[in-house]
Amino acid sequence: MLPTLRLRRIWFRNIKHWPWVLVRTALLVAISYVIIFPLLSKLSTAFMTESDMWDATVRWIPRRFTLENIQLVIELMSYPRALFNTGLLTTVVSVLQVASCTLIGYGLARLSFRGSGLITALVAFVLVVPPQVTIIPQYLNFRFFNLYGLLPEPGINLIGSFWPFVLMSVTGMGIKNGIFILIMRQFFKGMSSSLEEAAYVDGADPLRTFLSIMLPNAIPALVTVFLFAFVWQWNDFLYTSLFMSGKTFLTTMLSRIGTGILTPSIVTLRNNTGMLLLIAPLLLVYVLMQRHFIESVERTGLVE
Amino acid sequence: MKRFRMNLERQKALYGIFFTMPFVVGFVLFFVNPFIKSMLISLSDIRFTQTGYELNYVGLKHYEFMLFVDTQYIRKIVDAFLQTLKDVPMVISFSLFSAIILNQKFRGRTLARVIFFLPVILSAGIVLRMERADFVTQVLMNSELVGAGGPAVFSDAAVRAFFEQLSLPSSFISFLMAAVDNVAVIIRASGIQILVFLAGLQSIPASLYEAADAEGATGWERFWVVTFPMLTPLILVNIIFTIIDSFTAGNSEMMNTIYDAVSLSSMGYSLSSAMAWFYFAFVAIVLAVVIKIVSKGVLYHQ
Repeated sequence: MLPTLRLRRIWFRNIKHWPWVLVRTALLVAISYVIIFPLLSKLSTAFMTESDMWDATVRWIPRRFTLENIQLVIELMSYPRALFNTGLLTTVVSVLQVASCTLIGYGLARLSFRGSGLITALVAFVLVVPPQVTIIPQYLNFRFFNLYGLLPEPGINLIGSFWPFVLMSVTGMGIKNGIFILIMRQFFKGMSSSLEEAAYVDGADPLRTFLSIMLPNAIPALVTVFLFAFVWQWNDFLYTSLFMSGKTFLTTMLSRIGTGILTPSIVTLRNNTGMLLLIAPLLLVYVLMQRHFIESVERTGLVE
Repeated sequence: MKRFRMNLERQKALYGIFFTMPFVVGFVLFFVNPFIKSMLISLSDIRFTQTGYELNYVGLKHYEFMLFVDTQYIRKIVDAFLQTLKDVPMVISFSLFSAIILNQKFRGRTLARVIFFLPVILSAGIVLRMERADFVTQVLMNSELVGAGGPAVFSDAAVRAFFEQLSLPSSFISFLMAAVDNVAVIIRASGIQILVFLAGLQSIPASLYEAADAEGATGWERFWVVTFPMLTPLILVNIIFTIIDSFTAGNSEMMNTIYDAVSLSSMGYSLSSAMAWFYFAFVAIVLAVVIKIVSKGVLYHQ
C-alpha cells in the first residue's frame, strides 16, 4: 500500500474513532461512579469524629478531620502483626493454589484419559457446595486428623497451624478453587496445538511441553487466578477464624474491633476504618500485579 | 509414526492422571468425608457434645418437613432459579463488554482497571459480612442510598422526580427505576467475570487480528470473527461461575434461609443440612443442563 494512502486511512479511522471515545469515557465514568460510591462514604467516615456522623450538614467532607480512628483501629487490630500473618498465609496459599490448579487444569484440558470427564464434573460439583455447609465436619476432620484411620487415634490436631490451609491448597480444595481449575482448563483447551505438537515430535515429554511451551503462554490466566486466590484468602473469615482461632489475622481482628461497644455509631466508625485498612494493601498488590502483567504480555507479544 | 502416536497417547494419559492426582486426593480427603458426614447429619437429629456431636437417625424427617410443611422452601428455590435466569445473560454481556473496553488503550486505563477490580474485593468474605451487619450506615444512608434488596446507588426519590418531570407514564418509570437498581447489582456481580475475559483477550494471538485486518474486516466483524469465537471457552467458565454465584451468593434469600435454620432450634443444624443438600442437588442439575447446552457452541482453537 502507498504510504500516503495508508496515512489517509489511519487519519480517517481516527476521525471515526471520536464518537466512540466519548461514549466510552461516559460509560467508564458512570460505571466507576456506581462502583466507587459505597466505598467513598466509608472512606470519608474513617476520618470523621463521632459528632460528624450525626451532623446533618456533614456529607462527604468531615468537619473535624481526624486521624484518631485510624490510630485507634491500628492499635485494636494489632495491625502490623495481623498484616504480617495475613500476608504470609495469603502468599503461601495463593502460590500453592495457582500451582495446583494450573497442573490440574492442564491435565484435564490437554492430557485426557479415561475418567477425566468425570473429574471435571466433580470439580464443578465441589464448587456448587459452599464451604459454610461442610465447615463443621471439616473442622473436626482437621481437629482429629487421621486420614480415614491411617494415623493412630485420636489423630493429630492440625488446628492453629498452616497445615489445613496448605493441605487444602495443594489439593485444589481451597476457597473456590474449582473455578481456578475450570479457568485454567478452558484456557489451555483454547490454545492452539501447533507448538505443542512440534514439541512432542521433537521428543519432549508432556511435563516439559507443559513447562516450556504451554505455561509461558498462560501468563494472563495465571496472574488472574493468583489475584482471585489472593483476594479470597485475604478476606476470608470463615476458615481463618476456625482453623486459626485465637491467632492474630486481619479479618479475625476486624470482626472483633466493635465488641463491647454499645454506641452503634462508634462501631460503624471503627468498622469502616478497619475495612479500609484491610482493603488498602490488596489494592496495592493489584496495582503492582496488573502493571507487571500488562507489561509482560506486551513485551513477549504472546505469539503462538 | 503410528506406533509413536500410540505411545504418545498413552504417555499423555499417564501424565494426565499424574497431573490431576492432587485433586482426586483432595476430593477424597477433604470433600467426601465432610460431604458424607453432612449427609448423615441431614438424616439425623444432632446433639453437640464436647468431642464433637452425636447423631440419632431419623430418616427423611427433615426433608419431609421442608418440602411439605414449610411452605416457603419450594418458593424460594423457584425464586432463586428465576433470579439466576435473569442474572446470567446480563452479567455475561456486561462483563464481556467491559473487558473489551478495558483492553483498549486509553489514558487512565490503570485507574479504570483498579476501579473495576473493586467489586472483586467488596464481594468477598468479611467485607460482605460486615456490610450486611453495618446497621448504622444503612440507617444513615437509608433515605438516599440503600434501597430494598441491595445498595442502590441513586436516590430513588430524586430519580423518580426527575422522570416524573419528563411526564413519563408511571409504570414506565417503575420499570426504569428497577433497571437502574439492577445496573448496580449487575456491575457488582461482574468483577470476576471481567477479569477472566480480560485475561482471555490478552491471550488472543495478534496474528489472528492481523489476518482479519488483511481481509479488510471492520471492528464489528473482527469481534464476531476473531474475538467472540476465541472467548467462547471462557464464556462457558463465566456462565458456570455466574450460575453458582447467583445461586449461592451469601446474601441470597435461599442461602440466608439455610444459614438461619441453624439457629431455629436444637435440631436446626440437621434441617439446615437437609435444605442445603436438596438445594445443591437442584443447582447441580441446572448446571449440568446448562453446560450440556452451552458446550455445543464452544469453539476450541486446535
